[in-house]
Amino acid sequence: MNTTAEVGLEQHPVVDPPGAASQRRLRMTRIATPYALLLPAALLYGLFIVYPILRQFDISFYTWHIFPGVHNPFVGWSNYAKIFHDPAIRTAAWNTLLFLLFTVPIQMLLGLIAAALLTDRLPGRGLWRALIFLPVVTSWVVVSYVFAYIFAQQGGLANAVLSVFAGHAVHIDWLAQTWTGNAVIWLVSIWKGVGWSFIMFLAALDGVPRDLVESGRVDGASEPRIWRHVVIPNIRPTITFVLVLLVIGASQVFTQVYITTGGGPFGSTGVLLTYAYQQAFSFFNFSYAAAIASLMAVVVLGLSIMQIRLMRRNDDA
Amino acid sequence: MSSFALKDSRSLTKDRLAREERRKRTSTQPGLFGIRSWKKSRLVMACVFGLVSVFPLLYMLSLSFQPTSDILTSSPVLVPTHPTLQNYVQAWSENSFSRFFLNSLLVAVGTVVVTVLLSSLAAFAFARYRFPMKEVIFYIFLAALAVPSVELIIPQYLLALKLHMTDSLPGLVLIYSSENLPFAIFLLRGFFEAVPKDLEESFRLDGAGSLRVLSRLIAPLSAPALAVVAMFTFNFAWEEFVVALTLINSPAHRTLPIGLNFFISEHTTQWGPLFAGSVIATLPSVAVYFISQRWFQRGVSLGGIR
Repeated sequence: MNTTAEVGLEQHPVVDPPGAASQRRLRMTRIATPYALLLPAALLYGLFIVYPILRQFDISFYTWHIFPGVHNPFVGWSNYAKIFHDPAIRTAAWNTLLFLLFTVPIQMLLGLIAAALLTDRLPGRGLWRALIFLPVVTSWVVVSYVFAYIFAQQGGLANAVLSVFAGHAVHIDWLAQTWTGNAVIWLVSIWKGVGWSFIMFLAALDGVPRDLVESGRVDGASEPRIWRHVVIPNIRPTITFVLVLLVIGASQVFTQVYITTGGGPFGSTGVLLTYAYQQAFSFFNFSYAAAIASLMAVVVLGLSIMQIRLMRRNDDA
Repeated sequence: MSSFALKDSRSLTKDRLAREERRKRTSTQPGLFGIRSWKKSRLVMACVFGLVSVFPLLYMLSLSFQPTSDILTSSPVLVPTHPTLQNYVQAWSENSFSRFFLNSLLVAVGTVVVTVLLSSLAAFAFARYRFPMKEVIFYIFLAALAVPSVELIIPQYLLALKLHMTDSLPGLVLIYSSENLPFAIFLLRGFFEAVPKDLEESFRLDGAGSLRVLSRLIAPLSAPALAVVAMFTFNFAWEEFVVALTLINSPAHRTLPIGLNFFISEHTTQWGPLFAGSVIATLPSVAVYFISQRWFQRGVSLGGIR
């Protein structure tokens, strides 16, 4: 009985008109395919990026203890309020701002100059391009050690060169003083960063239509005018892109500070993230550190949107 | 048959003409600089840029071959006067440095594999399919470009604790890959979109499924972009410092960037072995850069900025 029923079913398997089921399956696959392709990346990204962003906000509203079983009281905005009454963070914020103001414009300017030098044919162009980009592919840790050695008080190259110029022995303890320590941090960051904006501007300059430049020249426009009215407008999207990413990057400064000065002396060269890191992993104030990082994320996001808006408005004008 | 051949050769000629046209346009005379005599000063300045860029690295290389007495002298030695391999021997044999090197290599290669694989699949979906919420999902992926690694270290650390992923190399691979996905997907999407639709159609007509279209058609045609993604990802994982510093406790699981720290103690720094170790740590990223360099320019100009 059973078997005959099965056989019977098998004999009339298709209720729909022939082909419809397989077509439906095909359509389902077509709808599902992109999501299936996205799934692995989305899972990884969701777990390690999106969830931590939300989790960071969450933690910042509690007094979070890393040890299990301890009560974590909800404290509302008080971690954020603390930020505005913390004198140490004012130093860190100031240093981060100074870092941004010093390194971003100089990196962009030097990168643009280098790109302008090397966009046209020049003997050894490939070599110069490769050398200028080289610092970008080296590691922050390594170059921080090299610069720490160059600016060492005893036997450092910087002091030796200054001694030659000064005519007497110079013993500046670069990394142990606020301003000189900051200057070394800026210098290593600019040195390592120029190659990146260089390569971005190089790609942009390659795309500037040469016939426009040439026709400007035929019309008797001076070189600076050509740059101002033809070249710069043409690479404006890249300028925005580089500016936004450099500002984001500058707000993230960490490794070079951590290794060269360690934020010292007494936190005077510390930046926001070294300060937050210290709060979290030396003093176990995870919530306070999370509040700092969350606030920074919001500020940086706002800053990025503002810059893009501003540059776009300039574009329309 | 003959018409096909004709069409082919015509399109080939057109291709060549377009290529020549492009070369004429971008190759220099007339360049961005009208005055030919600037060439000399441009060369000098390019030279200065190049030398300044490479000097600290050459200095590091030189220091790595100097004996401790030369490194610690009060008058710095630029070119090794008593060259020695002692630093390298010491660096490699002490502090399980070879172990750190292997760890870094495993993590970097693992990160490249995971990132290239997952970002290719995702970019393929964004580039070649239409589906609801596509652009929203894409922008969610891009958002992380504004919130990079250091800022998320606290919640990532807590997450790693919960998942029992602290002190593990696979844990590093997963975090590094997730941080590289946004840029990789962004870059690859642009490249994948540039592959002509009718090529894909003809592949599909031959019965190829999505994965086959991706692996046999789109990926090979996007080799430059994949190379750029691989290079960036490798370098990211190879030099990453903060996450490794935070997540890794046991010496056996250290990667190179935090392993170098072993040459520094409270009171003395073993500069010689430190720089020898630094040179060893720098070589792979430089090698990867030079290998991928021929695709690099194209990869940046096509995908980087739109």
